Amino acid sequence: MENKVKSLVVMVVDDEPGIRSGVSRILNNFTVSFPFMDSDIGFQVIEVGTGEEAIKEIKNKHIDIVLLDNKLPGIQGTDVLEFINKNNPEIIVMMITSYASLELAVKATSQGAYDFIPKPFTPQELKSSLENVSKHLFLRGVTKKLKQDGKEIRHQFLSVLSHELKAPLNAIEGYLRIMQEKQAGSRIEDYEQMIERSLQRIKGMRNLIMDLLDLTKIKFEKKTDKFQLLKIKDVAQYAIEAILPYAIQKDIKFSLTDDDEVTMNADPDDLEIIFNNLISNAVKYNKEGGSVDINMKSENEKIIICIKDSGIGLNNEEKDQLFNEFYRVKNEQTRNISGSGLGLPIVKRVVDLYNGDIHIESEPDRGSTFTVELPK
Amino acid sequence: MAQNKKLVLIADDDSDYLFQMKMFVESFGFEVITATSQREAEYIIESTKPDLAIFDLMMEKDDSGFVLCFKMKRKYPDVPIILATAVASETGYSFGINTTADKQWIKADLYLEKGIRKDQLHKEINKLLKI
Repeated sequence: MENKVKSLVVMVVDDEPGIRSGVSRILNNFTVSFPFMDSDIGFQVIEVGTGEEAIKEIKNKHIDIVLLDNKLPGIQGTDVLEFINKNNPEIIVMMITSYASLELAVKATSQGAYDFIPKPFTPQELKSSLENVSKHLFLRGVTKKLKQDGKEIRHQFLSVLSHELKAPLNAIEGYLRIMQEKQAGSRIEDYEQMIERSLQRIKGMRNLIMDLLDLTKIKFEKKTDKFQLLKIKDVAQYAIEAILPYAIQKDIKFSLTDDDEVTMNADPDDLEIIFNNLISNAVKYNKEGGSVDINMKSENEKIIICIKDSGIGLNNEEKDQLFNEFYRVKNEQTRNISGSGLGLPIVKRVVDLYNGDIHIESEPDRGSTFTVELPK
Repeated sequence: MAQNKKLVLIADDDSDYLFQMKMFVESFGFEVITATSQREAEYIIESTKPDLAIFDLMMEKDDSGFVLCFKMKRKYPDVPIILATAVASETGYSFGINTTADKQWIKADLYLEKGIRKDQLHKEINKLLKI
């Protein structure tokens, strides 16, 4: 890899010599390593005392990261920030601010600063800030490379994904902090529910990651090397067994009809994805004591699979959005149902791969029927 | 005195985050009323005037928080609003909160990245309530 980052150039802009030499001292022997990187990142520090000097350095040298004090003798930190945004937006700016005011933080970040370091900072705080930035720079390099390779990263997808991954992390972090600071008193029993909730959120996150893996496994073209003649009913039966413990809790009855003894030449993994997702949804979004009816038949050159539930159903707006990544129907009835919002988009991709079709009939409070048609 | 406690409305569809915020804000000595959706928050606003509101940005819709801000400021222009989100600013996902024009439209008094520390939150709330 030529894009290997070995040393990042950090310019510290501060009128206090003590801060400047402190930063140099801390970063001189500091390296960052990541498991997915084949070399460590070190830092080379440039010290300047004014905004004017900083701009001069930026014009003449390659600089990766600027640690920027706002209060400077001549032009202010925000002026330097503005210059960088305009001329060298690739430079990462971290504001050093003497009071950890959120207002200034928001102002600076909305103007393009990447992050902040409140002053006075400990060596550890500086190090972990730079560790984050290095990781960000490294990932940015990877993204750029992927783009050059023609693999356009779907920005929206990543943004939403990061939201979906951050939400559980925030929740878990919040609980851990409450526990760390013993905010609910010193009895461990009082924290049991928080521990339980944290474990639940971790489980949700794991499911999301599993779904993401599924998503990456789906091929972009149909490969026939794993194809075999499958009894569709068997695949459906496995999917039912997988969700059975949960279905028993909700007292859901299954029926499975296959009058034509349908078979199909397909990759078993692909059909599993379709059935697992549709059947587990039919159970998850069902009512207590409800039913799931699975019917398959052969018709002309097509196989038609119907999965009908007696669940909460969907309105038209929900139906339209159902195959969008991360879309989840949000209402009173679905609040406690966990899901990644990736199941149906994955199903849709598999069905498309087989040149098939999937459609929904649904009525709120009555239930939904998902119909999948696959060419033989 | 319970009747002197200030009332804070918190709306978030993440039940864990809601629980934690409620716990924090109650520990600051405020009374808390919670909503788990934009719809529920709108319903509460109909009949109740809180002293401060904290809204999650993305609830049923991507812009639920914005809509709530708008409706709330129209009904109670003097009640400060904090808008919170977990969306990472570095992803570049647009909150539309970057320009002055957008800020005027959104009308939130403070925008917060989720994961705020308790003491910081306390300070910000006190500042908005001028305590």
